[in-house]
Amino acid sequence: MIGYAVIFAFVCLSLALTLNLWRLLKGPTVGDRIVALDTMVINAIAAIILIGIATVNDTYYEAALLLAMVGFIGTVAYCKFLLRGDIVE
Amino acid sequence: MTGSGILSDIVISALIVLGASFALIGSWGMVRLPTLMERLHGPTKATTLGLGGILVGSMLYFQFNAGVWALHELLISLFLFITAPISANMIAKVHLHHLRTHAKQDIVGPAGQPPKASQASDWATYEAPHPDSIAATSES
Repeated sequence: MIGYAVIFAFVCLSLALTLNLWRLLKGPTVGDRIVALDTMVINAIAAIILIGIATVNDTYYEAALLLAMVGFIGTVAYCKFLLRGDIVE
Repeated sequence: MTGSGILSDIVISALIVLGASFALIGSWGMVRLPTLMERLHGPTKATTLGLGGILVGSMLYFQFNAGVWALHELLISLFLFITAPISANMIAKVHLHHLRTHAKQDIVGPAGQPPKASQASDWATYEAPHPDSIAATSES
């Protein structure tokens, strides 16, 4: 049963990542692209956790945690650059 | 398999399916909604309910099926619950900055344009005039 649920979740997350990619390419403003990248990171974390469930491997959790931190820092850096013209002042 | 094994399988599957559905709904909302202020609304579902459901499902899976006592998935959930409002606030500031610095706005969402900033105090990226200060950098 869990196998079917994981397959369903992989399909859902693939569709979600495709929709995020569409928004990332379409725009129209830079803010939309930042939201799309932020959501892509969230969906990628979910996909990594699912790979961990599918392969019964506990190690993938650390990749997900690292991606959560790096994704947040990336979003804030993009926003700071757009707001102030510089990242570290 | 014992009865509790079947029950835990049902709960884990339900959590995974719920989380993945919310992730898809959030991304679909981000594509469908008209302006950035509304688009910010969609991915919050993917962050909280979507990823939260998958993380709790993973935690229970490693608890019941792999026999590993694993509570550390909650760390990711906690970290995202802390950082999601901050990044949403930053993106909203970018949007307000873009609204102020770009004159032409072709699409207006159902919520309309955000209100103009008050001249009395600083707000988001707006800076009120400080005529008495030497370091006044705001627009007069």
